[in-house]
Amino acid sequence: MDLQIFWFVLIAGLWSAYFLLEGFDFGVGMLLPFLPKDERERSQMFATIGPVWDGNEVWLVIAGAATFAAFPAWYGTMFSGFYLALLLVLFFLIIRVVSFEWRDKSGSSRWRAVWMWANAAGSFGASLIWGIGLSNLLYGLPIDSNGDYSGTFWDLFSGYTVLGGVTIVLLFAFHGSTYLTVRTTGDLCARAAAAARRLSVVAALVLAGFLSWTVAVAVDRNDKDVFPPILPAALAIAAVVLALVFVFARRSGWAFVMTALATVLWVATVFTSLYPRVMVSSPDFGNSLTVDGASSAHYTLVLMTVVAAIFVPLVLLYQGWTYHVFRARVGGDEVETPPLAPASGGSG
Amino acid sequence: MTPLASTVVDLARVQFATTSLYHFLFVPLTLGLGPIVATFQTLWYRTKDEKWLRLTRFFGTLFLINFAIGVATGLVQEFEFGMNWSVYSRFVGNVFGAPLAVEGLAAFALESTFLGLWIFGWDRLSPRLHLATLWIAVVGTWLSAYFILVANSWMQHPVGYKIVDGEAQLTSAWALLSNDFALRAYLHTILAGLIFGSILVLGVACWHFLRGHDVELFRNAAKVALIVAVPVTLLQLVVGNRFGEAVTSQQSMKIAASEAQWDTCQPCSFSLFQIGGFSEDDQTPSFSITIPRLLSYMATGSFDGQVQGLTELQRQEERKYGRGNYMPNIRVIFWSMRVMAFAGVLMFLVAALGAWLYWRKKLERARWFHWTALVAIALPYIAASAGWILTEMGRQPWIVQGLLKTSEANSPSVSTTSLGISLGVFIALYVVLGVVDFVLMRRYARPDRPASQEEMPEPAVSY
Repeated sequence: MDLQIFWFVLIAGLWSAYFLLEGFDFGVGMLLPFLPKDERERSQMFATIGPVWDGNEVWLVIAGAATFAAFPAWYGTMFSGFYLALLLVLFFLIIRVVSFEWRDKSGSSRWRAVWMWANAAGSFGASLIWGIGLSNLLYGLPIDSNGDYSGTFWDLFSGYTVLGGVTIVLLFAFHGSTYLTVRTTGDLCARAAAAARRLSVVAALVLAGFLSWTVAVAVDRNDKDVFPPILPAALAIAAVVLALVFVFARRSGWAFVMTALATVLWVATVFTSLYPRVMVSSPDFGNSLTVDGASSAHYTLVLMTVVAAIFVPLVLLYQGWTYHVFRARVGGDEVETPPLAPASGGSG
Repeated sequence: MTPLASTVVDLARVQFATTSLYHFLFVPLTLGLGPIVATFQTLWYRTKDEKWLRLTRFFGTLFLINFAIGVATGLVQEFEFGMNWSVYSRFVGNVFGAPLAVEGLAAFALESTFLGLWIFGWDRLSPRLHLATLWIAVVGTWLSAYFILVANSWMQHPVGYKIVDGEAQLTSAWALLSNDFALRAYLHTILAGLIFGSILVLGVACWHFLRGHDVELFRNAAKVALIVAVPVTLLQLVVGNRFGEAVTSQQSMKIAASEAQWDTCQPCSFSLFQIGGFSEDDQTPSFSITIPRLLSYMATGSFDGQVQGLTELQRQEERKYGRGNYMPNIRVIFWSMRVMAFAGVLMFLVAALGAWLYWRKKLERARWFHWTALVAIALPYIAASAGWILTEMGRQPWIVQGLLKTSEANSPSVSTTSLGISLGVFIALYVVLGVVDFVLMRRYARPDRPASQEEMPEPAVSY
């Protein structure tokens, strides 16, 4: 297979891994102000993601650096073009990172509240901007003939892209709630399940609407046929609807699998709609950045392919082991679950 | 160059300098405190003596508070290349992006994942496996430093590339990874990390001696710290000096600037201190203290070596690259080099004194030394910051030595307003983070803290 296409697919895969994993810990963060009824439950929610969030965020670092190495022109245009948006992402991610480490360093309730809100705001803000940002790659931004962004911060906001942001916030909140139903016990678990039921309806509706619009945008603004973008879009909608069904059927394990799948398929829809471009230019469509034009030379791609072939499976393996180590539900009396992930968790 | 463009470049430079210097306040402590904490835990695993467990938890907490900001500010560095330096990013991506991506995949993933396992794995993993997770995380941090320095060193001394259609393309991964500059910089950085870690542990132990709190326990910590600090601070003086030799052949202008050496000399004396002599119109210092022949030795390894002067180098560069100013800011480079070197010598003296007092069994009672060691915690921070100022500002006007100028490498699409906003946000955020970090580090390091707080958070429920 052509190495450039391989790297385009791999970068889509890295973003998918990032959103699948950090998606649920963003979701847990967003639910922090709403679900728990006391400090103990709040700590339990933190504990469900405490051991893994840093490993999850690694995928962002890898996705960013892989873009730099494999598609330098894309990296340069995207990161300088999304300047203030990325500044906001960094701000939200930083307050979130330190909230994990610092919250428990004092017993003061005000101190803990500050970092709880920092985590919630960071999770919400970062999700919103990632959604808006990814939607913009496809919707199109003003790019000049040198490949530089020529718009302003406000050009990032249109009806479509803002809906993209809202969709991702809802999808991650839903994903986080299904994660909580398989990682907590008792009362907290019951409330997470109730939240999942409420969120499932809204998330399914909005995601379905947004992805349909995405296929239309791909056709209108990126010169694509309806097929293939419709394929991942349809599968994503199917996944989120199944998630809804499983949530109401109290099959929380399967519901979590489906929200994870919906997240991956959302990324797949965006990237399928983009190809062979990596960033659509609008109004001057001819200035769009393409996979061919933005990529590194053959030698770098071969080198990076060898590195990825060795390390991506290795990282997946030890991160998988981490999830295995911390598979036990977090609850008052630390009940051990069977070694295999429960197909139907949730007591509520 | 229009005045506006220079403002954009200046702002982008100030921002990169601020964020990277800040980032590097936390990184070396991670590099050096990690293996020391792992050593404590290994001693506990071997001897089952409670004191090592207490030290593991005590310094483990400091390690984690510090680590969090290192991670948070590291993310900024990765984004900043593309955000502020898009022309640079396109020019170097083929070469420079690769080590960054490898760092993420092979190193950062390792340290982040295994540190999570270590923090929360106390009662989920066997003691042996739990100890292994910390050592693996430490290996991750050391690998991480290597790949980042490979990337940075390529900017100082580009190797293994060819220029095709106005961009650098990698031709040899081996040349990139075995870049002489990178290997020297790596050794220098790892030693710096170990100095950070050992000087901090020594200082905190002395703080406890000063208050007469837990003296027995912290004598053990001080011992381990001194075993690390004495050889490492000494070795660093040698390594730093040899590093200078490599720079002489690869970045002659940087060395000439760090000595404010205007005329080519042979043999050359080293100026310890001088007033004036930092500009073309004022080349002779009005006052100076010099050591004969020392500069020749430091720059070339021979007491009779020749060092090229700034004037001659400037003429050479103009012949090679066209008209322009190829000299960095002489005054800044001269003093940053000295601040780094003097701090380095001081740290060795502190370590050596401490070892002597320990050997004479006076360490716990020498109050003057306790204060010295406590204040000395600041020295590695000063030395490392000065070292990076020397390395990065000494490369100017180049962003990639000899290939791309800093003034032509910024993002054309980013306005002064955007840069101003982001600089303001970073400074405000970093000040808050710095204050909180300092307060927390102090609280968890102080001698009179109630014993119950000494414990690191237990997993899950008490998180």
